[in-house]
Amino acid sequence: MKFSDSIELAGRNLRESVLRNSLTTLGIAVGVASLVAMLSLGIGLQRLASRRLERSGLFDTVVVTSRRDFRNFNRGQENEGLSPEESPELDEAARQKIGNLPGVAEAYPDLRFVTEFRYDNKAHLTMVAGLAFSAKNSDGFEGMQGRFFSAPNAREAIVQKTFAAQLEGRTTKGRPEELNLSDVSRPVLGQPIIMRYSERVASAGEQGAAFYSVLSHELPLTVVGVTELDPDSVRGAGRARVFLPENLLESLHAMQSFDFRDSSRSGSGQPSYGTLIARVTSATKVEAVEQAVKKLGFNTFSILDATNSLRRFFAILDLFLGIFGSLALTVASIGIVNTLVMAILERRREIGIMKAIGASDQDVRGLFFTEAGVMGLVGGAFGVALGWVIGRVINFGTNVYLSRQGFPAEHIWAVPGWLVAFALTFAFVISLISGLYPASRAAKLDPVQALRYE
Amino acid sequence: MGMATIRAVDNIGLDIPAGEFVALLGASGSGKSSLLNLIAGLDRPTAGEVVIQGRDLTKLSRDELAAYRRSVVGMVFQSFNLIPTMTVIENVELPLRFRQVERAKRAPMAASSLRRVGLSERLHHRPVELSGGEQQRVALARALVNEPTILLADEPTGNLDSRTGSEVMELIRSLNASRKVTVVLVTHEQAIAEQYAERLISLADGKVIADQTNQKMMVRGDG
Repeated sequence: MKFSDSIELAGRNLRESVLRNSLTTLGIAVGVASLVAMLSLGIGLQRLASRRLERSGLFDTVVVTSRRDFRNFNRGQENEGLSPEESPELDEAARQKIGNLPGVAEAYPDLRFVTEFRYDNKAHLTMVAGLAFSAKNSDGFEGMQGRFFSAPNAREAIVQKTFAAQLEGRTTKGRPEELNLSDVSRPVLGQPIIMRYSERVASAGEQGAAFYSVLSHELPLTVVGVTELDPDSVRGAGRARVFLPENLLESLHAMQSFDFRDSSRSGSGQPSYGTLIARVTSATKVEAVEQAVKKLGFNTFSILDATNSLRRFFAILDLFLGIFGSLALTVASIGIVNTLVMAILERRREIGIMKAIGASDQDVRGLFFTEAGVMGLVGGAFGVALGWVIGRVINFGTNVYLSRQGFPAEHIWAVPGWLVAFALTFAFVISLISGLYPASRAAKLDPVQALRYE
Repeated sequence: MGMATIRAVDNIGLDIPAGEFVALLGASGSGKSSLLNLIAGLDRPTAGEVVIQGRDLTKLSRDELAAYRRSVVGMVFQSFNLIPTMTVIENVELPLRFRQVERAKRAPMAASSLRRVGLSERLHHRPVELSGGEQQRVALARALVNEPTILLADEPTGNLDSRTGSEVMELIRSLNASRKVTVVLVTHEQAIAEQYAERLISLADGKVIADQTNQKMMVRGDG
C-alpha cells in the first residue's frame, strides 16, 4: 500500500473513533505543552540573563586588575599564582606587555571618575568613563542613537539614556526601561555639553618627596550618541553615564580615585592603573588572552567567567525542565499504546478482511504505525500551541507580579523555532515508538482467526 | 483433561482444473471451509502441499502469500465481510490500494466491477444501508476487481433469501462461464451445489467421501 493511502486510511480510522482518539491526542498535546512550556521558560530565562550580559559589551574584553588590588572580580584567583606582594604593578610597562599579547587588539586603562557637566546652564554630577575607539563595533552599542566618536580623540560625548533624560529634565521614576531611546535622544543629540574636571600635574620634589598640583579645567564637548548601555552592567560597574574617547580622556590627566595610591609610590613618574581593559580581536580568544595575562601575574575577569557558570546552570535547568516536561509525554505515550491495542481488538475482523483481500503484514503494520504517527503529529501541533499559550500566561503572570513588586517587566519566555521542531519531532518519535507494539501485533494476526472474530 | 488433535482437513488429494466450477459439500465441521482457507493461502497445512498454478503455497513467505491473495484469488464470504466504515466504492477499491494501483484509476475500475455485478447506484452508501443481496454483490465486485483467476466463495448464499441467493449464484456462474474463472464454492446446500457446480466434492470429518461430476449439470448441458 502506498504511503498516501496509509495516511488516508489512518485518518479515516481515527475519525471513526473520534472521541477516544481525540482524548488520546489531547493527552499527547498536554504532554508536549508541558514540555514546550517548561523549556520555553528555561530558554527565556537564559536569554534574559544573556541579554543582560550582552548589554555589558564585554564579550570581547578582558578586565585586568593588579593582584595588589584586592577589588578583583574573581575571588578564586586570590589563592592562585603570585602573592600580592610579589605580583607586578599594573603600570605603563604592563600595559605595553598586555597590549602586545597575541589576540589583544588594544589595552587601555579603565578611566572613570565623578565629575560635573554643564548642559543648558544647569549642573549635573555623574560618572564619566573612557571608551576605546575600537569599541565602536561592540555589541553594547547596538541600537545606539546618533553615532560613535568621529575620531579617537574627538571632543565628543556619548551619554547613557537615563542621563540624556536627566539633561532634558525628565524623571525616570526608577523605570529606565520605559524610556524610549529615540524620544530621549532627539533633543540632546548634537547639543553642546561642558565637562568640568581637575587635572593632576605631578612633579618630583626634593629628597624623594612627591607632590602634584591640581588645575581646574572646562572641556566643551558635543553629544553625538545616546546608548541603552546599562549603567548597572559589568562595564558600567562604576555607574558611568557619560563616555568620552579613551585617548581624549587619557590626555586630560584628570584626577582618578586611585591617584592617592599612585602618588604614594616613590615618584617613579610612571602612571599606575587601577584597571586595564584588554580588547580582544575576537571573542573566541578571550580565554587564551585571560590565561596569558594571568601568567604575567595579574587578575583577570571576562564575560566568559560569568557565562561559563551561567551556561552550566541553564544546561542543568533545561535538562530538569525537559525531564519534567517529558514525563507527561511519556504518560501520554502509554495512552497511545492503550488506544491502538483497543483498536486492534475492535478492528480484529477488519484486519482479517484486509488480509483476505490481499493486505500484507507490512500494509497492516504501516496502517497502525501511521495512526500512531498522525496522533503524535496532531497532538504535537496542538501541544506546541498550548505550550506557547501556557508560556505566555506564565510570562504575563510573572510580569504582573514583578510590576506589583516595583520591578520592570521582563521577557522570561521564548519559543524559538528549534523548540517547535524539537517538540513536534519528539512527539512524533514517541508516538511511533508507542505504535511499534500494537502495529506489530496487528500485523501478526492470523487472518483465519481474525475473520472468525465477531 | 488433555489436548485432542482435530484434523480439519485430513489426507485430501484434489486436482481442480482451471476454469472448473467445483462445489465443496458437507455438514458443519466437515472441513470444507478449512480446505477453502488452504486454497486461499489464509492458512497453511501442517503437512502436504497446496499447489496452485504450479506454485506450492506452503513454501511461500507471508508476503508472497499476500501477493497471491491480491492477484490470484478473490474471496466471497457468507457474512459479506465488507468494512462497515467504508462506502460501497471504497470497499471495492480497497484491494486496488493494496495492489498500489494509481488513485485516478481506482474509482473507474471499482465502478466497472460494481457494474458487472449489477450495481451502478448507491456507490457512496455504507454497507449497512444496503440489502443483504446488494452487500453480497459488493463483496463479489470486490473479489473480482483485481481480475482473479480463482473465485473462492464460502457459503455466499447463507445469509440471503432464496431469490437473492439465486441471483448471486447466477452472477458467479456467468463469471465462470464468460471469464473462465475457476470457482470453488463451499456450501452445505446440496440443491445449490447441484444447480450450479460442474463437480461435487463431499467432505466429512476432513476427508473426501465423494468426488463426482454433477450429473444434473451434464443433463442440462446436454439438453
